[in-house]
Amino acid sequence: MSGSHAHALHYHGHSPVHHLPAETKLVGLLVFVLSVVSTPPTAIWAFCGYALILMIALGLSEVPARFFITRMAIDLPFVLFALLIPFVGVEPKIAIGPFAISEPGLLSAWNILVKATLGAGASVMLAATTEVPDLLRGLQRLKVPVVLVAIASFMIRYLDVVAGEFRRTRVAMAARGHNPRTVFDAKPLAVASGALFIRSYERGERVHQAMLARGYDGTWPSSGNERIAAKTWIVGLTPALFAVIVAIAARLL
Amino acid sequence: MIGLKVTDLSFHYPDRTQVLNGINFQIEPGERVGLLGPNGAGKTTLLLHLNGLLRAAEGTIQVGDLTLSDEVLSEVRRMVGFVFQDPDDQLFMATVAEDVAFGPRNFGFGQAEVDRRVESALEAVGESDLAPRAPHHLSGGERRKVAIATVLSTDSALLVLDEPTSNLDPAGRRELVNLLASLPATLLVVSHDLPFVLELCPRSLIIDQGRIVADGETRQLLLDRELLAKHRLELAYGFDPANIADR
Repeated sequence: MSGSHAHALHYHGHSPVHHLPAETKLVGLLVFVLSVVSTPPTAIWAFCGYALILMIALGLSEVPARFFITRMAIDLPFVLFALLIPFVGVEPKIAIGPFAISEPGLLSAWNILVKATLGAGASVMLAATTEVPDLLRGLQRLKVPVVLVAIASFMIRYLDVVAGEFRRTRVAMAARGHNPRTVFDAKPLAVASGALFIRSYERGERVHQAMLARGYDGTWPSSGNERIAAKTWIVGLTPALFAVIVAIAARLL
Repeated sequence: MIGLKVTDLSFHYPDRTQVLNGINFQIEPGERVGLLGPNGAGKTTLLLHLNGLLRAAEGTIQVGDLTLSDEVLSEVRRMVGFVFQDPDDQLFMATVAEDVAFGPRNFGFGQAEVDRRVESALEAVGESDLAPRAPHHLSGGERRKVAIATVLSTDSALLVLDEPTSNLDPAGRRELVNLLASLPATLLVVSHDLPFVLELCPRSLIIDQGRIVADGETRQLLLDRELLAKHRLELAYGFDPANIADR
């Protein structure tokens, strides 16, 4: 049953990583990413350490490597951007074959590439092992302002609805012979987007009425606040803890 | 169960368009009443008044023992369960369970009581399995039933439903009739689906141009072709209220 209501990034499973409370994973991700970005790009061994931590976590989560790697496609724009830098970077340049490659550019490229990839990998891990409602509850328990959590929650809830409306509009346009080829054919699409905006705005008003009808008075009702045992926090934050040790070592050595 | 009494209710929009024009009717506790009328007659506007989502220029609304006013707004909203026409407007939380819990949490119940209410409301609509699901992955019929559960969880004793059969397939419609007939609540149902109203509601009101123009036994109203034609209502081809047995 879970498969039908999961999002595309989620891998249904019952591993220890799946069962960790979302808030420990959220804090762990934040700490891991901060450790990675604070590491000097020259400390190559440190990045190997981070990659190892990530791979161990991936192994424990029982998320198949193939699933993980295809989801890492999100990292591609960063990779392309990073690959460009050495060609447009500043002096001194070194010659590799017919190309003059900027040395500082090469270092920046490595810096962006490795940090973006590790960050994306950790985020994909979180998404693969945590359901969206759990993430939202986790954010709420971490005392993220309820308004922000509510906005995120509405966005997720209505994304499919609005995308579905837009899809139907596109089909209706195509059914009446609209076949955009150049940018000059974009006008009907722009008008349809405007109409979609108005419709979504009106839906917002109706949703607000539905909330008022069930006693909403401007304060978001809080869900239960069960406390998490210290032991669970420690287990959940272990990868992040190792990442912090690596980061400190990379600074000191 | 509670009753409803609407007295001299009038409402106009800020541009002075008069939508309701002296509405009077009374519903006894436990009654199931249909509200019929052409598009633009004021049906939805009238419903929005019943739990104070719109406030009338004139007239009073009495829900059970309470006369609707700012002081009792929260209590009235708890007693009147509003089921909107589009379940996508009503189901706005990430999971079905959280959506059904939204009302009880707003009304200040503790976690254990909220859980109990969510469970029993979903059980009442026969969809306990849906609790962890996301609303946008449900079928039309499931969404409709969950939308009803969201108001049952607050112990609403008067249910107000706007076009509950829209977008339902025949089986979903049948299940809905059975569910609504089984609920221990007073019902006011807006619908263009006349066979549905005949099956569910022994009594109906016809509203047109902001006035109640007829109030009586549903079957008698539907047999009065002249009355129906006058208010842009008509029976679907092949549907004859005279030949249909009571539920």
